[in-house]
Amino acid sequence: MEHTIFILLLPLFSFLLIGVIDMDITKTGKVWSHKAAGLIGTSSLAVVTLLSYLTAYEYFTAERLTDGTFATIVPYNFTWLPLGTLHFDLGILLDPISVMMLVVISTVSLMVHLYSFGYMNGEKGFQRYYAFLSLFTMSMLGLVLATNIFQMYLFWELVGVSSYLLIGFYYTSPAAIAASKKAFIVTRFADMFFLVGILIFGYFAESFSFSFSGTIQLAEGAAAFQTVNISKEVAAAGFLIPTALVLMFIGGAGKSAMFPLHIWLPDAMEGPTPVSALIHAATMVVAGVFQIARMFPMWMEYAPDSLSIVVWVGALTAFYAAAVACVQTDIKRVLAFSTISQIAFMMVALGACLPGHGDHLIDNHSSLGYMASMFHLFTHAMFKACLFLGAGCIIHAVHSNEMSDMGGLRKYMPITHATFLISCLAIAGIPGLSGFFSKDEIITACFAYSPLLGWWMTVVAAMTAFYMFRLYYGIFWGKDNSEAYAHHTPHEASWTMTVPLIVLSLITIVGGWIPFGHLVSATGQAYDIHLNTQVAVTSSVIAIVAIGLATWIFAGKQQPIAQKMYAAAPRLHRWAYKRFYLDEVYQFVTHRIIFRRISSPIARFDRRVIDGFFDFLAWGTHRTAALIRNFQSGNVQHYAFAFLLGALLLLLLMIF
Amino acid sequence: MNAQDIMFVILAVLIVCSSIATVVTKSIVRAATYLLFVLLGTAGLYFLLGYTFLGSVQIMVYAGGIIVLYVFSILLTSGKQERLTENSRLKSLSALLLSLVGLAVVVGIFWAHGFIGAETLTAPSEAATPSMHQIGEHMLSTDRKGYLLPFEAVSVLLLACIVGGLLIARKR
Amino acid sequence: MIQIEYFLFVSAIMMFAGIYGFITRKSTLAILLSIELMLNAADINFAVFNRLLYPNGHEGLFFAIFGIAIAAAESAVAIAIMINIYRQLQNISVDQLTKMKW
Repeated sequence: MEHTIFILLLPLFSFLLIGVIDMDITKTGKVWSHKAAGLIGTSSLAVVTLLSYLTAYEYFTAERLTDGTFATIVPYNFTWLPLGTLHFDLGILLDPISVMMLVVISTVSLMVHLYSFGYMNGEKGFQRYYAFLSLFTMSMLGLVLATNIFQMYLFWELVGVSSYLLIGFYYTSPAAIAASKKAFIVTRFADMFFLVGILIFGYFAESFSFSFSGTIQLAEGAAAFQTVNISKEVAAAGFLIPTALVLMFIGGAGKSAMFPLHIWLPDAMEGPTPVSALIHAATMVVAGVFQIARMFPMWMEYAPDSLSIVVWVGALTAFYAAAVACVQTDIKRVLAFSTISQIAFMMVALGACLPGHGDHLIDNHSSLGYMASMFHLFTHAMFKACLFLGAGCIIHAVHSNEMSDMGGLRKYMPITHATFLISCLAIAGIPGLSGFFSKDEIITACFAYSPLLGWWMTVVAAMTAFYMFRLYYGIFWGKDNSEAYAHHTPHEASWTMTVPLIVLSLITIVGGWIPFGHLVSATGQAYDIHLNTQVAVTSSVIAIVAIGLATWIFAGKQQPIAQKMYAAAPRLHRWAYKRFYLDEVYQFVTHRIIFRRISSPIARFDRRVIDGFFDFLAWGTHRTAALIRNFQSGNVQHYAFAFLLGALLLLLLMIF
Repeated sequence: MNAQDIMFVILAVLIVCSSIATVVTKSIVRAATYLLFVLLGTAGLYFLLGYTFLGSVQIMVYAGGIIVLYVFSILLTSGKQERLTENSRLKSLSALLLSLVGLAVVVGIFWAHGFIGAETLTAPSEAATPSMHQIGEHMLSTDRKGYLLPFEAVSVLLLACIVGGLLIARKR
Repeated sequence: MIQIEYFLFVSAIMMFAGIYGFITRKSTLAILLSIELMLNAADINFAVFNRLLYPNGHEGLFFAIFGIAIAAAESAVAIAIMINIYRQLQNISVDQLTKMKW
């Protein structure tokens, strides 16, 4: 497994190479430089992808351990910063979920690299774009391969930075700048909690590893720290570990756009569409889910009750995002809210894990949600990336994000249409496609957790099918905007853009049949996924009904029913369209309350008092210097004058 | 008031007036000329004191050599009429004040302290006015009153000055 | 009657005239002239004190002679430097020779 180091190093080198060296060596035009930067990035990523597949193959075909789990392999680990008992390590950790994430990230990233050849062709800053893509890929891979929380946090922040850079790729557009700042600030705000959680954890557990061995220092009174061997009960009674875990979850919620920290994700759609596919649909936004999954044993052992926070935050987000997605008209926004909703599904599934029965802390049946969540992460990454890339093709063809500028595109763009339809069916949960299996597992886990949650998520799943098909019909069916297209007939994109679509949709078709439970499960032991017939039938029927509803409302050239519904509940429609005014609430809270009431007095204090003090020091120094600088004029006559004056004074002193 | 007193008064007035003129005149050529008068007057003082050799050295080296050197260099370096004193009033006044106060202090000390054997100016005795021959003996002798070492040191210094002056001032 | 101390008054006036010139003059050559004044005043004092205190000794005389020699050496080198500076900068004003200051 020593080759895994290249999975990290190759994107890093290609980032440095593309980012530092001007590829346009001929100085004649941009074509050559485009191709060089893109080729370097794409080919290094292709190698990374091959290595990842090789790693996954080797890992999952290796002998299982005696207890039926896959061995956790740490091919590299070196201590970077030793601080007494604490130490920051850097290394590579291979376990089922990190290997699964390797495959997801490298696949989607490769597809996006390839796709960007066509999509970004002729853009200014093509080379910069590929450099940032490599940086992002490296950071994301580092995040999932991290051996400890601290390393995870480092790469976590790197991911945030590269996301910021890529959202703000069109830095001449004010909207893109605002969006990149918003994304960075909101996620950074959440990351602060993550960091605090890490510090609390590191301080009390004296370790940054993902699981600690059972000794913990608890404060005994105020006097002394005492090392005690803690049992499950003690840890559960103490609230340090749960607090740390919940704080870390807040960080993850920021990255994964959970309510109410989701506000940055829709705006992040200002970035190039392939970036949205890679970062804001498939990989980075699931970092929060991955983080919970990574800490999962600790959650189960020390904070099983706190998991309910995860459940209800996820459930609320899922419903909210689905509701908003139903009325958005910008196709990327619809997909963004759909992403939020789907990530919330994964969160809910993770939270809906119950402690095992009997002696076992975790067992695969009670913690079905873990497997379901990872499974959904995998399938969602594929079909959502496919949807985003398809949306990119459409935007490329129509030059607009608005659904009203589209319609009837199925005649012009058959490949995009087909792949988009497959992905829509998958996300809606039509049996046979990958989304069906993973979503079904999630809903089963939810029913096991509580029937209310189960029905709630079923409703959200129905809404998912509804808004996805509203989107689908709005783009590919309905009115034919031929007069709008008259000056420019939409056409199918070049092969670099369609091949990723086809590949991703193929994975979407077959992905569900992977025996995922054998590879990734809560305990690590093989688990046979058996469909819960009741849930499967219910959700399939509901999905089909929702699709039918969408067809009935939106498929026609005119949409009288939709108009009537909008007219029937104008306020609801408006609220949903404005995302329930959450951005405005944030605006109000930050600008009116925090900035005006708290920040500006502090700023005034800073400017007047603190800066004033230092300005006074500088002013005083300056004035003194101006006063005494004449003593050092360098003019010999002044010196002679001073010398004589001094000599005279000494003389007088001696005489009298 | 004998002839020597009259000579002294004349020389003193010449020296004082020329000294002041040297430092206040606006033209540098005039300043050099006034300096020449000062130096000649100084030579006269030496003669009055009976140091005829010193007086002639003063005339030959200072008046004949150095002043000529100055006049040459003035003519070489100042093509146009140069403004010599273009100072702020404060600087001139403070310099003047410093000089006057210093002068007052020094003169006050002279007034306040009588010198041992202070005497009126008379013709010096034979023993007190060394002849050229005696001076030469002293210069090249190594006994208690000999000055061979400083003589040689000054000769080396002068050689160094010749070499240095040539080196610095030659055209490159 | 003229006393020998009166010589000292003359040399003191010469000395302080030189000091005044040294401080106020702009041209370096004029400063050198002021220095000559001061040196000359010192030479007078050597001779006068010799006559006044040790009429039969010759120390002051020889000091004056060496002083004249050193004054000659000094002015020769100084003038060489001034000529060189003038050749480089076409200026010998003391407040404008700042090129080697920093």
